Amino acid sequence: MKNNPFHYDCEISWCPGCGNFGIIEALKETLEELGLKPYETAAISGIGQAAKLPHYINSNGFNGLHGRALPVAMGVKIANKDLTVFVNSGDGDSYGEGGNHLIHNIRRNIDITHFVHNNQIYGLTKGQGSPTTALNQVTTLQFDGVKSSPFNPLAFAISQDCSFVARTFSGDKVHMKAMMKAAIENKGYSLLDILQPCVTFNKVNTFKWYKDRVYYLDEKYDPYDKEEAFKKALEWGDSIPIGILYKSDKPSFIDRFHHLKEEEPLVKRRWSPQDARAFMDEFY
Amino acid sequence: MEYNILIGGEAGQGIETISDILEKTLNNMGYYVYSSKDYMSRVKGGHNFTQIRLGDYPIHSHWPYLDLIIALDEKTVKLHRDRLKPNGCILCDMSIKNEGANTLRIPLIGIAKSLGNPRMANTVALGAVYKLFGLSYDRAIEHLNARFANKFREENIKALKEGYEAVSQLFTMPQPSTVKNILINGNEACALGALAAGCAYYSAYPMTPSTTIMKFMTRYAEKAGIFVDQAEDEIAAINSAIGASYAGIRAMTGTSGGGFSLMVEALGLAGVTETPLVVANVQRPGPATGLSTRTEQSDLLFVISAAQGEFPRMVIALRNTEDAFYQTARAFNLAEKYQIPVILLSDEYLSDCKVTTKPYDFDKVTIERYLTEKPEYEGIFRRYEVTTDGISPRIFPSQYENVFVLADSHEHDEYGHISENVDIRNSMVRKRMKKMELLRKDLMEPDYFGSEKPELLLIGWGSTYGPLYEALRLLKADGIEAGALVFGDIWPLPQNRLLHYCDKAKKIINVEQNYTGQLASLIAQQTGIRCHGSILKYDGRQMDSYFIYKAVKEGDY
Repeated sequence: MKNNPFHYDCEISWCPGCGNFGIIEALKETLEELGLKPYETAAISGIGQAAKLPHYINSNGFNGLHGRALPVAMGVKIANKDLTVFVNSGDGDSYGEGGNHLIHNIRRNIDITHFVHNNQIYGLTKGQGSPTTALNQVTTLQFDGVKSSPFNPLAFAISQDCSFVARTFSGDKVHMKAMMKAAIENKGYSLLDILQPCVTFNKVNTFKWYKDRVYYLDEKYDPYDKEEAFKKALEWGDSIPIGILYKSDKPSFIDRFHHLKEEEPLVKRRWSPQDARAFMDEFY
Repeated sequence: MEYNILIGGEAGQGIETISDILEKTLNNMGYYVYSSKDYMSRVKGGHNFTQIRLGDYPIHSHWPYLDLIIALDEKTVKLHRDRLKPNGCILCDMSIKNEGANTLRIPLIGIAKSLGNPRMANTVALGAVYKLFGLSYDRAIEHLNARFANKFREENIKALKEGYEAVSQLFTMPQPSTVKNILINGNEACALGALAAGCAYYSAYPMTPSTTIMKFMTRYAEKAGIFVDQAEDEIAAINSAIGASYAGIRAMTGTSGGGFSLMVEALGLAGVTETPLVVANVQRPGPATGLSTRTEQSDLLFVISAAQGEFPRMVIALRNTEDAFYQTARAFNLAEKYQIPVILLSDEYLSDCKVTTKPYDFDKVTIERYLTEKPEYEGIFRRYEVTTDGISPRIFPSQYENVFVLADSHEHDEYGHISENVDIRNSMVRKRMKKMELLRKDLMEPDYFGSEKPELLLIGWGSTYGPLYEALRLLKADGIEAGALVFGDIWPLPQNRLLHYCDKAKKIINVEQNYTGQLASLIAQQTGIRCHGSILKYDGRQMDSYFIYKAVKEGDY
């Protein structure tokens, strides 16, 4: 691992046993195996425990505001389409504070990968219910149980024809890496929901809880079958499917603009004030 | 010599079409045009009007008294007839009742109906206006040809000609100038300035009165080879612009007060990550939704202090269509030089007024990126290095092989890594805030015009520039020793000229389009100087030069 160019030797402030350790290791290995170099990648995040990830990896990085990782990632990708841009943020950041950006980047199909470290609880702010916490689950704040139904990110993304929708589990590195690789390789917005225990605040959805429930989608499963994908996305409880639930091939956002698609990245172009002179003609 | 024309009616009656054609014709002939709009936040009905002031000399403001009212409905007559000059005239349809010899009733609707489309009453009126001013209708036909699809083109040209024949010439036009000028509004000028500055990323959410910046940028996006995005909300708009700027291209967002309020947290993000950014706030009256389509200068103190914490920023108030172009372009250089957000403060009045303007000199615009050379090391870049000149080195991601760049919304060390260390915190705060001092070297002093020994000093900012400029001429004609100081760069507040003229003047009066006198408060806070009186307006309608002149003359301040 020490030889991995993405590895950064530093003090990490996650709780011992946190699923984030497994996720970052899988990510670093995936990036290396894809033949990428740190300067060619950009790790973007919002705020939360997961969102500290850009500090723990060798890569370009932008640790922005709570809920706002996706817009930053979009701006980075459009400025430099040659960069591999990925977002690491939690369920609160991605599905709560940043929910509107989730909707609209699925619509754009911007070519970025969104890794949601979904532990179904707020970690950094110490144990409040998140958008994915189960109904009636008791938390440090909702002492009488959560009163809102949980958000189903995968069913939602499929309903919006998201180009890549997958789920994995932080306790299974091989599967995680396979999903990460497929997500990064998808030319469009890829949502990878990563089930992850919070050892400190979520006493319900523990490592064992997930381990006992997750099962792999088999080889016969067709991720292009939207109805089947929807059924799988709704499956939650005693058995939880992991794998690529849904795929939809469509042009990425940048490819929808002729001049962005055909020409070199914006960051490599040069402008001169004189280039804009002709735009004044309509005012004569 | 000058004339003032008002074209009024309901939304959807085609006021904009005919005023646009008339203004373009006049500007193209060599006249100076100043066209201001007054419109309601609705698509049909209500009462809208455009006021066109034209002359053979440069015009800087609208004017209250009218030579001609083109009334497409009865409300226009009732609302504006009191502003008609003694030998002025109202042009309207036969159906509109109005007593008085100065009413010129022609069958606007009748002619349009006889040509098969009553909606062309506006085109009939346009034809009549060309005749009243003795203008050739050929120019109008050119515009109609360009504007209308085939099936409406012929009938509109017929309507124009019949309107032309229905009246006789009433006004004598002065000799036009031979100089070719452009006719442009503040938002278009701002967008053109951004394009000239090499702005490659513009993201915004539609909000009146800022939307036309985005519209212009979008129109030329492909030709300019840039990206324009209609974001899902203002929060996305500013955050994605920050992302694009971090990744190495010039980025801008634009909005009005409500949208700016949503952008505030990210403004601090640009501040702490030292990411260059240009943000236009085209002000409208607040609070909350306020008056959507009207004007105010009430966001000054807000934008100066918006967002939690302390970080350096610059605020430039746009004063006219010249500023809107040149200052927007300059804002990009300042944003990159100091790695700060630069806020352009415009308003609905400036954004919508179309003004005859000297064509912009694109040679005067420069693009200075202030990026750093390739570092001598590999790995993580010391993006926030504390340097002797106070500005950290800046490169962008993947600019150089094997060098990567980290940015963080938390307090951070020289590499951009989270830090709660006391010494690091202190050095980073000092480093950032020092830029406020460095920035002073680049400040432009406010414009001053009027007497060098002013008894009376008027102080304003932004779009009251034009009205103040003309008010000073009126006061001078009455022998009043007055001067006016009008701020463009407003934060940090330039003080040299302010102190100089305040020292000379006996009375200082702030002239602002708000209730509390925000510039006066800022001046008092920064210099201890207190204004002796205020001329303020906050009804959403811009003060004209006569309003200021009258207030000064009557001591109403």
